[in-house]
Amino acid sequence: MIRVTNIHKKFGDLHVLKGIDATFMKGKTNLIIGKSGSGKTVFLKCLLGIHDIDDGDVDFDGRLISEMSIEDRRKLRLELGMVFQGSALFDSLTVEENVSFPLRMFTKKSSKEIAERTNFCLNRVNIENANHLFPAEISGGMQKRVAIARAIVMNPRYLFCDEPNSGLDPKTAMVIDELIQEITQEFDITTVINTHDMNSVLQIGDHVNFLVGGKKIWEGSKEDVLHTDNQELADFVFSSELFKKVRRAARSE
Amino acid sequence: MFIKRILEDIGRYFILMKLVFRRPDNFRMYWDAFVRDLYMLGVKSLGLVAIISLFVGAVVTIQTALNLENPIIPKYYIAIATRESIILEFSPTMISLILAGKVGSNIASTLGTMRVSEQIEALEVMGVKSASFLILPKIAACVIFNPILIIISMFLGIVGGYIFGTSTGMISGTDFIKGLQIDYTPFYIAYALVKTVVFAFVITSISAYYGFFVKGGAVEVGENSTKAVVASSLVLILTNYLLTQLLLG
Ligand SMILES: Nc1ncnc2c1ncn2[C@@H]1O[C@H](COP(=O)(O)OP(=O)(O)OP(=O)(O)O)[C@@H](O)[C@H]1O
Ligand SMILES: [Mg+2]
Repeated sequence: MIRVTNIHKKFGDLHVLKGIDATFMKGKTNLIIGKSGSGKTVFLKCLLGIHDIDDGDVDFDGRLISEMSIEDRRKLRLELGMVFQGSALFDSLTVEENVSFPLRMFTKKSSKEIAERTNFCLNRVNIENANHLFPAEISGGMQKRVAIARAIVMNPRYLFCDEPNSGLDPKTAMVIDELIQEITQEFDITTVINTHDMNSVLQIGDHVNFLVGGKKIWEGSKEDVLHTDNQELADFVFSSELFKKVRRAARSE
Repeated sequence: MFIKRILEDIGRYFILMKLVFRRPDNFRMYWDAFVRDLYMLGVKSLGLVAIISLFVGAVVTIQTALNLENPIIPKYYIAIATRESIILEFSPTMISLILAGKVGSNIASTLGTMRVSEQIEALEVMGVKSASFLILPKIAACVIFNPILIIISMFLGIVGGYIFGTSTGMISGTDFIKGLQIDYTPFYIAYALVKTVVFAFVITSISAYYGFFVKGGAVEVGENSTKAVVASSLVLILTNYLLTQLLLG
C-alpha cells in the first residue's frame, strides 16, 4: 500500500501539485485521471523519486520517504517498476537485453537464471520470437508489452504506469489494460496508473482518483464513476456522446 | 545575461562531472558499455582520420616545398617542417577538432535522445547512477582511444607527405627520410599526446553535458548537438593555447 499525504510540487513559480492526499491499495489497479496538464505525470514522478517533493510525504508500506537515507531510497527503487508514457526502452539494446537489464545490473544471478527470468516475463506479456529485435523494429503495442516485462522483471512490489495505452488502437489498448490488471492481481502488486482513456477507467478502475489543476477533487470505484453527481467528473469522463449514453443507461438501472 | 548563462552552464557542467565520477555499481556492465563506445566512437573514426591525415600530410609537404624553393635551403628541411607541423599541431589539434564534430555530435544526440524519450529517467527509476553509467564509459573510451588515433594520424600524415612529395619530384626519398631524423625531439610526441588526452576529455564531457540536459523533443536534441560541437571546439582551441603556453612556452 502507498499512502500519499499532502504533497506539493513546484517548478519555479509554477505550483503543479497543490496538496494531494491519496491511498493506493495492494493487489488493485489504482487510477489517476485528469486533463492534460493536470499534473498526473509529475505526481507519478514524485512518487518514484524522480522529482523531489516540496512538502508532504509518501508512505511505502510503513516506510516514509521523508525518513529515508539516500541508501534506503536506492534500495526502495529496486522494488519499483515503471512503464513510461513512451515506453522508454533502451534503443541500443535488444528486447531481451532491455528486459534483463535490471537483473544484469543489480543481481548476481547466473546468465542461465537471467535468461529464464527474462523469458518468463516476456512470455507473461505474450512476446514471442522477438528476443533479438531492437525496439525500433517492433510495433508500439509490443514496445508497451516489453516495457511491462522490463518493469516486472525484478518482482516489484509497486508498479507505476504512465498512460500505458496511449497511442494504441482500442483493441490493443484493452489487451494492455487487462494485462496490467492480471499482473497486479497475480503478483499482488500495488499498481498506480495514469490515464485519460475512459475505456480504461470503466475497465480496470478498481480505485479512481480525479485530479484537476494539481488537486484531487474526487475518488471512488469505476461503479461510482458511472453514478457520480460530481459535475466536473461527469463532464470529463463522459465528454463523448457515446459515454453520455453509457452513463444515462447506468443511472437509469 | 549572456555571462550569467555561461556561468550557469559551467556550474552545471561541474555538478554533472561530480555525478559522472562515481563508483560503478557493476563493473561488468560498465565494461560492456565501454567496449561498445570504444567501437562506436573510436574504431569507427579510423577511416575518416586515416583519409584526412594522408591528404593533409601531402598538402603540408607540397606547400612547404613550394615555400622553400630556394637553392640555399637543403631539401630535407621540407621533411623536418612537415614532421613538426604534423606532430605538433595538425594531428593533435586538427584531428581532435574533427573528432569534436564527429564524436561530439554523436554523444550529444545519443544522450539527448535518451533524455527526451525518458530512457534516462528509466535508468534512474531502476536505481542506476545514470550520469556515471552513460558518460563515464564514453569519456574513458575517447581518452584511451584518441591517442591511438592521433599516433596513426601522425604516421599516415608523414606517409602521405612522403608519397606525394616524392611522386611529384619535389623531394627525393632519401632527403625526406634524412629530414625526418634530424633534430627529432621525442618530447614533442609526448606533448602531442598530452594535448590529445586533454582534448578527448574536453570533447566527450562537454558534448555529454549538452546531451544529458536536453529539454524538449527532437528539435532540441538537434540544437543541442550543434551547441555541443561549437562549445567543445571553442574550449578545445582555448585549451590548446593554454597548453602550448604551458608545455612549450
Ligand atoms: N520538469 C518540469 N519542469 C517544469 N514544469 C513542468 C515539468 N514537468 C511538468 N511541468 C508542468 O507541470 C504541469 C503538469 O504536467 P504533467 O506532465 O504532469 O501533466 P499530465 O497530467 O501528465 O498531462 P498529459 O496528460 O498531457 O501527460 C504542466 O503545466 C507542465 O508544463
Ligand atoms: Mg503525462
